[in-house]
Amino acid sequence: MMFKFKHEALETNTGLLLVATMMAISIGGLVEIAPLFLIEDTTEKVEGVRPYTPLEQMGRDIYIREGCYTCHSQMVRPFRDEQLRYGHYSLAVESKYDHPFQWGSKRTGPDLARLGGKYSNEWHVQHLIAPRSVVPESVMPNYPWLMENRLDYADIGQRMRALRAVGVPYSINEEEYARNVKDFGPEMAAQLHIPNARESLLAQVRAGNYDGDPSFVSEMDALVAYLQVLGTMVDFSKIKPETLVKFR
Amino acid sequence: MAEVQEIPKGPQTTGHVWDGDLQEYNNPLPQWWIYGFYVTILFALVYWVVYPSWPIGQGFLTGVNTITYTNSQGQEETWHWNTRAKLLREMQEAAVQQRPWYERISQMPPEQIVKDPELMGFVRSAGRALFTDNCAGCHQAGGSGKIGHYPNLTDDDWIYGGTFDQIRETIMQGRNGYMPPFAEALSRAQIDALAHYVLSMSGEPHDPAQATEGKALFHSHTAACYYCHGADGKGRQDIGSANLTDRIWLWADVPGAPDLPAKVAQVRQVILGGVNRGNMPSWEGRLSPEQIKVLTVYVHQLGGGQ
Repeated sequence: MMFKFKHEALETNTGLLLVATMMAISIGGLVEIAPLFLIEDTTEKVEGVRPYTPLEQMGRDIYIREGCYTCHSQMVRPFRDEQLRYGHYSLAVESKYDHPFQWGSKRTGPDLARLGGKYSNEWHVQHLIAPRSVVPESVMPNYPWLMENRLDYADIGQRMRALRAVGVPYSINEEEYARNVKDFGPEMAAQLHIPNARESLLAQVRAGNYDGDPSFVSEMDALVAYLQVLGTMVDFSKIKPETLVKFR
Repeated sequence: MAEVQEIPKGPQTTGHVWDGDLQEYNNPLPQWWIYGFYVTILFALVYWVVYPSWPIGQGFLTGVNTITYTNSQGQEETWHWNTRAKLLREMQEAAVQQRPWYERISQMPPEQIVKDPELMGFVRSAGRALFTDNCAGCHQAGGSGKIGHYPNLTDDDWIYGGTFDQIRETIMQGRNGYMPPFAEALSRAQIDALAHYVLSMSGEPHDPAQATEGKALFHSHTAACYYCHGADGKGRQDIGSANLTDRIWLWADVPGAPDLPAKVAQVRQVILGGVNRGNMPSWEGRLSPEQIKVLTVYVHQLGGGQ
């Protein structure tokens, strides 16, 4: 005898309704999420993408704390107008060490995916303290405390450990350190070594002089270091555009 | 109530009855809406066939639609339709349209471009777009700069020079303005004397006695200001030291200061702390040589090109 489906059977049986609801919902996950783990060409095979240094990572955490993502996206889409204004479209591989990624879709302010190197450190400091002093038409709030707040980097090691647990290649022992030397070069590998995190952070503050005051490690140092690295890791002059087409 | 009440008129019920008397209205959607819904399903089916859609195993359905573009060897390539290829083709098509303009610009020296009204029309529109995106953040939309922060590009005073070659070099390399701080090398009285002398060079109000003292210091080995600013105080464009004899100010907001003590204070803070923030990023690599040439001519024409 054929099983005849009756809607009433679902509506009058809570257990069956629960199972059927979960089946319906899981289709979304199966179609949208599962394939990303299977499709081989999702992330482009290009060189240069590395994890953030301890200082950049602290800056990223401040970026998230201050809610920059509510007005700024970090995703240049493959359209002509966006490429002309912001630069090369974003690649999936460029956010492979971002947890969580900052792609976003709300653009009250401009996209920041290719911000790095576009303005001087001094501009960023001035602009973050008082945006309208350099961009009169801006509606961005002032963030003067970034300059005054001492950067609390006591837990940078733990932050890096947490990221390491979700797959970011920060090194914790000699073996992983050696792997990073091979993958990212000796200078960068030293910065990605968790036991050295605080020393690397301080060294980058001293060398970079991001906020113009080398004697004081401010939150501004970290945030500007992060903003200056955005979108600069991949050298697009070495990549033929048709190569990237093949990853879609 | 044990008795089931019939609903006499109006909408139909679904026919379900719970607890003896609970019934459910059935308000079917309008026909046009239902058919509209079916049409969207049909559209989706067509879309799946034409464009990249369903994931399958380690790949996905690429769709039957294709797109042809030119690769970097100049050969035509065809790939399944995708937005990256579409962008590549659009950029190539736009480049073809702009090529005649950029070819003329790259072949002509800037001195001739300026004399060609047709080319200058292109420079003004393309240059304005480039300037607004890349330069206006600091130098402001009209190029008037920001006293205390960024140089004015519309006047005829140039820190690194206002010829075409010098402007192009500035855009390509970026600049790192630097003046050492004198807070530890000089006493407060010496710095104030220097400030009065600097003000006197521009014809600003000053204390003549202090200025005379400052003049001696300026040319002495103690302060050695003349190393960079020159014995005549006119600065050197090769190292970007400011001309102190004109009335154009960048780091010290002298024009905005209401009285002599405020003007002295403005100059004093520059001598005390030096300048370590005149950093302009490099645009080589970010912009093409042709774009930099367009910007060079655009900036030159903002007012003060030499």
